[in-house]
Amino acid sequence: MADTAALDAAPIAAALPTRRDDKALHRLIFVGIAVLLIVAPLVLYPVYLMKVLCFALFALAFNLLLGYGGLLSFGHAAYFGMASYLCAYTAKSLGFSPELAILSGTATAALFGLVFGALAIRRQGIYFSMITLALAQMAFFFSLQAKFTGGEDGIQAVPRGNLFGVLSLADDRAMYGFVCVIFMAGMLLIYRIIHSPFGQVLKAIRDNEPRAISLGYRASQYKLAVFVLSATLAGLAGSTKAIVFQLASLTDVHWSMSGEVVLMTLVGGMGTVFGPIVGALVIVTMETYLAQFGAWVTIIQGCVFVMCVLLFREGIVGLIAKVIRKPL
Amino acid sequence: MTTIFGVPTQALFGQLLLGLINGSFYAILSLGLAIIFGLLNIINFAHGALYMMGAFVAWMLLTYVGLGYWWALGLAPLVVGVFGIVLERVLIARLYKLDHLYGLLLTFGLALIIQGLFRNQYGVSGLPYAIPAELSGGQRLPFMFLPNYRAWVVVASLTVCIATWLVIEKTKLGAYLRAATENPTLVQAFGVNVPLFLTLTYGFGVALAGFAGVLAAPIYSVNPNMGADIIIVVFAVVVIGGMGSIIGSVITGFALGLVEGLTKVFYPEASATVIFVIMVLVLLVKPAGLFGRTA
Repeated sequence: MADTAALDAAPIAAALPTRRDDKALHRLIFVGIAVLLIVAPLVLYPVYLMKVLCFALFALAFNLLLGYGGLLSFGHAAYFGMASYLCAYTAKSLGFSPELAILSGTATAALFGLVFGALAIRRQGIYFSMITLALAQMAFFFSLQAKFTGGEDGIQAVPRGNLFGVLSLADDRAMYGFVCVIFMAGMLLIYRIIHSPFGQVLKAIRDNEPRAISLGYRASQYKLAVFVLSATLAGLAGSTKAIVFQLASLTDVHWSMSGEVVLMTLVGGMGTVFGPIVGALVIVTMETYLAQFGAWVTIIQGCVFVMCVLLFREGIVGLIAKVIRKPL
Repeated sequence: MTTIFGVPTQALFGQLLLGLINGSFYAILSLGLAIIFGLLNIINFAHGALYMMGAFVAWMLLTYVGLGYWWALGLAPLVVGVFGIVLERVLIARLYKLDHLYGLLLTFGLALIIQGLFRNQYGVSGLPYAIPAELSGGQRLPFMFLPNYRAWVVVASLTVCIATWLVIEKTKLGAYLRAATENPTLVQAFGVNVPLFLTLTYGFGVALAGFAGVLAAPIYSVNPNMGADIIIVVFAVVVIGGMGSIIGSVITGFALGLVEGLTKVFYPEASATVIFVIMVLVLLVKPAGLFGRTA
């Protein structure tokens, strides 16, 4: 039973059902985010903002699986990284336009998600996490050895190209606009999935799998579906990152990247709609400022992990949601 | 020169031996993971980091204190074990009432901290640790050259694994341990101090990792990243074997090391991934693992 039990932070969302005025609040927050996205480049460096947005989308995709499916994948770097490789490869070597390159990267992630997901959901709980980690490590070794990934160098100098063959993305402002559109679309899609009938069944399976099965739901099909969705959206984030930074490298498929996205979700709040965005903002900012200290970044990440697990399991947004007694 | 399947016997047996050595480490590490998981219900992500710590403690004992390999073989597991006991008491014990996944997250954080600290202090290039004088040199067997130290690693790890198995299966202490794994509440009602058992089990499990680290120090250079690479493979080993059986995890560890060695001979490109491929196959055929019980 314990194997299928949800993480105990998750029921916060479940205990407080989403009512109509909550939806109004969420709509308000979405508008607020859109306004922030428009204003932010006036104050902040657009490349930093794009990095935050890519990781925020990655964390949102991961949270869809962990927070709403109750499945802790420790190998999400595989989908993020493989998508970024394929996107970089098609854009650079095959001359795809950026939207097609991103699409092919995302499709690759979906395919990997389907195969790895089908294998991993054969086991539950802790085994599920270990299997996803091991499969992702396989993807890492593949990337290290395959010809097209460029081994240790990665794929460098990926052209940003012209969007739909017309709009040049070489300018950071144009690129930023494109990333904002992708991010908003991804976020709204995830919001829609969570609040759809599919999302409701998913939460039921997370909270009590045997009961959901006895009610006639095919739990493993739902789990596989959410796994593929999560991997696909993680791939969308990885592909976009490859175009923004014009680079796909081993860092993106390494297990530490899988750990990072777990950390972002944990800090922001598992099973909250907006938590992963806040978590990504916090972690990316922390890494940007601490980059000069070398290995201390890892140590501080580890400390944040330990503190979050021991003292702060709701995460930032989870805590706010508890205080204002509204699901966020 | 004699060949088997077109491969010189010297190379074949050399790689098999190397596989057996890797298998020894897989066996000791997955044994420790299985014991800890059985009683504490957490997967110890910090296991690799503590294995690395064992190797570093051996190196430090030699460099700063002047105590050699044989001292390290006894002291390093003790240091790592005590460190583990402190971790369990101060941090991990707070999570027993929560979902298992929090244990995974916590120990992952601990692994990052331990690795980061050693990387900060000693860099990533690796530090040499000499083979003890008593075990240098080797035997010339009819089919291969057998370095003494490598033979010692296989014998030592086999001995430790079998001794652990005997303690768990044949002694009264082991009986308590198995009972506490099955039903901790009932065992506590019989007057056994279960929390103390949990602490000591964690300490013993990570002491095994520290012991493996000392064995590994003269073979691989002492390096802050040595634990991170091996732990993911050990996770795959654990998935393949299933954590239900102590002897099962030992057999799986050695067998997979051999398979990895064979792959290095016949298809070197796949040697890094062969264990993961086997994991996939086992998941398809027998999802509970080779020695696992189906829930």
